[in-house]
Amino acid sequence: MSIKLKINGIEHELDVEPDAPLLWVIRDEVGLTGTKFGCGIAQCGACTVHIDGNAQRSCVTPVGSVVGKQITTIEGLGAGGLTAVQQAWIDHQVPQCGYCQSGMIMAVSALLKTNPRPSDDDLAGAITNICRCGTYPRIRNAVRSLAGKV
Amino acid sequence: MTVAMPSRRMILLGGLGAAGALVVGYALWPGRRLDKADALAAGPDERFISNWIKIAADDSVTVVVPHCDMGTGIYTALAQMAAEELDADWSKLKVEAAPPDPLFANGALAEGFILQGQGLSPDSIPSFLRGTVDNTFRTAAAYVNIQTTGGSSAIRFTGVYGMRIAGAAAREMLVKAAAARWNIDPASCATKDNTVLHAASGRSLGYGALVSDAARYSPSANPPLKPRSRYALVGTSIPRIDIPKKVDGTTHYGLDVKQPGMLYAAIRISPVFGGRLASVDAATVAGLRGVEKVVSLDDAVVVVADRFWRARDAVAALNPVWDAAGNGGVSSGRIAARHTAALAGNDLKTDLTQGGGAAALAGGRLVEATYAVPYLSHAPMEPMNATALWRDGTLEVWSGTQDGLGARAFCAKVCGLPMEKVTYHLMPMGGGFGRRLPGFFNFLDQSVRTAMAMPGVPVKLIYTRDQDMQHDYYRPNVTSHFKGALDAKGNAVAWVNDYTTDDNANPEAHIVYGIDNQAIRSVKVPTHVPVGPWRSVEASWHGFFVESFVDELAHAAKQDPLAFRRGLLKNAPRHRAVLDHAAQKAGWGTPMAPGRARGIAMVESFQTVAAHVVEITIGNGGALTVDRVVSAVDAGMAVNPDGLTAQIEGAIVYALTAALNGEITIDKGAVVQANFPDYEMVRLADCPQIEVHLMRSDYPLGGGGEPGVPPLAPALANAIFAATGVRIRELPIKNHTLTLASR
Repeated sequence: MSIKLKINGIEHELDVEPDAPLLWVIRDEVGLTGTKFGCGIAQCGACTVHIDGNAQRSCVTPVGSVVGKQITTIEGLGAGGLTAVQQAWIDHQVPQCGYCQSGMIMAVSALLKTNPRPSDDDLAGAITNICRCGTYPRIRNAVRSLAGKV
Repeated sequence: MTVAMPSRRMILLGGLGAAGALVVGYALWPGRRLDKADALAAGPDERFISNWIKIAADDSVTVVVPHCDMGTGIYTALAQMAAEELDADWSKLKVEAAPPDPLFANGALAEGFILQGQGLSPDSIPSFLRGTVDNTFRTAAAYVNIQTTGGSSAIRFTGVYGMRIAGAAAREMLVKAAAARWNIDPASCATKDNTVLHAASGRSLGYGALVSDAARYSPSANPPLKPRSRYALVGTSIPRIDIPKKVDGTTHYGLDVKQPGMLYAAIRISPVFGGRLASVDAATVAGLRGVEKVVSLDDAVVVVADRFWRARDAVAALNPVWDAAGNGGVSSGRIAARHTAALAGNDLKTDLTQGGGAAALAGGRLVEATYAVPYLSHAPMEPMNATALWRDGTLEVWSGTQDGLGARAFCAKVCGLPMEKVTYHLMPMGGGFGRRLPGFFNFLDQSVRTAMAMPGVPVKLIYTRDQDMQHDYYRPNVTSHFKGALDAKGNAVAWVNDYTTDDNANPEAHIVYGIDNQAIRSVKVPTHVPVGPWRSVEASWHGFFVESFVDELAHAAKQDPLAFRRGLLKNAPRHRAVLDHAAQKAGWGTPMAPGRARGIAMVESFQTVAAHVVEITIGNGGALTVDRVVSAVDAGMAVNPDGLTAQIEGAIVYALTAALNGEITIDKGAVVQANFPDYEMVRLADCPQIEVHLMRSDYPLGGGGEPGVPPLAPALANAIFAATGVRIRELPIKNHTLTLASR
């Protein structure tokens, strides 16, 4: 059976089961590999994408549940040039291995849409993504620098 | 002070035959070797002008790095070191990975160990390289095929003994070429921004125009190097070149490899280490959508399918029968009991005796304690994976590993082909931390064997997180027993330490503190649990043991832990200075609110001295909050200060996760933990404020990736003792109940 997904503004007609995980459909069917696999159980956030603007962990999201919704991946986020969040990530030299950063940037970008000036506590409460390289202090500084700018 | 470094000439004349062979491999490349390098890795209009440096006719300079990117910033820092000596124009500089070919083997790494007197004897191969070295033939020659990234070695060995020399040698050749063309003395020439200048005549020539002439000269093994005082690029925080592609999802890791017609593989490995696959009924999944093949390996079953999630679901649906090979009864408790028995037994081997040794314990008041650390998984964010294509007597592999050349040699061995028939594509890694070093390539072995069962088809094998966590090569579980003696004035007069080890004695157990009488012994307690290097390796456990027990001695002597350490560091001014710097920056000794406390620890590892002061709060219910970590680091000088700062920050977070939560336990021969909920990570909410203070000294450049790890756990445990009176002797801290001291 075919499923229609709108990813980064483009509609894809895909022959996948409705319970197929969005993460792997984005990666293997659509070929967008910026969204990463980390744990498969919504614990680490490496697979974070936007569903109608809200951050969601795609590894446990069945594609059948996001039909008709706007799906945005890291490739779509900065399609019109680097966003303020991405630029802040460069300015603060945030990434190390970089593997978790697509998910971090997606999660932080969604947060700043609803809370443009998050306190450190707001940030810690909202962003539970794991970074094994330990870039948290720089993420904190980058988000502080973005207060009111997104 | 200045530390004298042996000159390169000394090494070459020093009769180190094996080393000579290595050095030829990179520093003394005759021209014909450079020609081969040109053929292998130079683009049109590019020439290898020195080892690891290409210069193109358009003046662009490319630094070829014999390491992989796992996030430590070494592509930037190593390029800074080469560009500094070359007087290259940073804006025109490019950096690329060295091909995984013996021509680009990292001889500098081996030479670093020779110079440091650290390696090459059978019992002292540094552990991060152990997997690369043939156990029966542990000689320097075995280093010929390495491009290892680990052991905090990139800057201090590849940079110091490779990149600087390459840059300076290339500059010398370019100057010779220009001087010959102008018929003047090379000494009258200067270099700047990819240009040779002759001030007296006002002439100048870009490097690109000189490449062909320069390539006729042989690179010198001993070119003049700049003193640190003349550095313009080294010592500056140049933004990392890899970062822009890590904020927009365009860095392609091993997981992201795409090949035409590629299939996906998911694996289930024998849960018990060393176990075998007895049988599996492939028919169970035969009708599932996308399933192409069930592959039985010796110790695992693999499902190959058209999409990863289908392979994953299918392999989960199988009911493999395992043979535990006699290890099905092993548990963490049983291993701990074996440690206790071994430490009480007669198989301890003396590693170091000084002064009166253990007999000196009788001369003072006895302090005694037993410490232990658990197994730890590396848990990099990118699970193990590799893509392999077996076709027409050749093998092609794509994977992120900490040694591209070592990985290629390993894959050749697995499939039985000569190395020339094996192509290896080194991909950036989503974290390494030791997990992806040679010797720990189970995922490559399984990937190649799976590909061999699927001729002509590229297959990407991906570990699910539970497979990654349960089939790691773990930071060893170690037990360490201490006895110390204090005289009537509270001076430490004896230090006795017995510890378990999976391998040989660990130099990391040796202490910098000036205690006259010492006895250090170790005992091997092998288990069936595979172990391997984990960020900072032996220093990760001995740092915790030693710095905690020193703290115990300080408290037993009723002295301030900082003052007590300082008193034992009269002959170690470098270490004392680092300790003092951390203490001063943290405000050591200033009063703290009730429930708050500080702890301090200092460890030298990988030629870098790091001290942390950890500040904590213990809530009324005993809840622990780590508020702030203040760190002082002497790595000689920082090639890229912001990069080194980031490494120390990251090491602190990595070590904090381990100290608070990290614990892999064994039950029925297998790992209990399977994913992040039961192997919990520090996240933003638990991350303290971290302040890193870099110090500058005249010591040789030290390592950056690892030295921030060892002092964290003891500084934290020492803070907990200061706040609660509870001495943490076994990690992780989550297993302890903390209550505020009734003081």
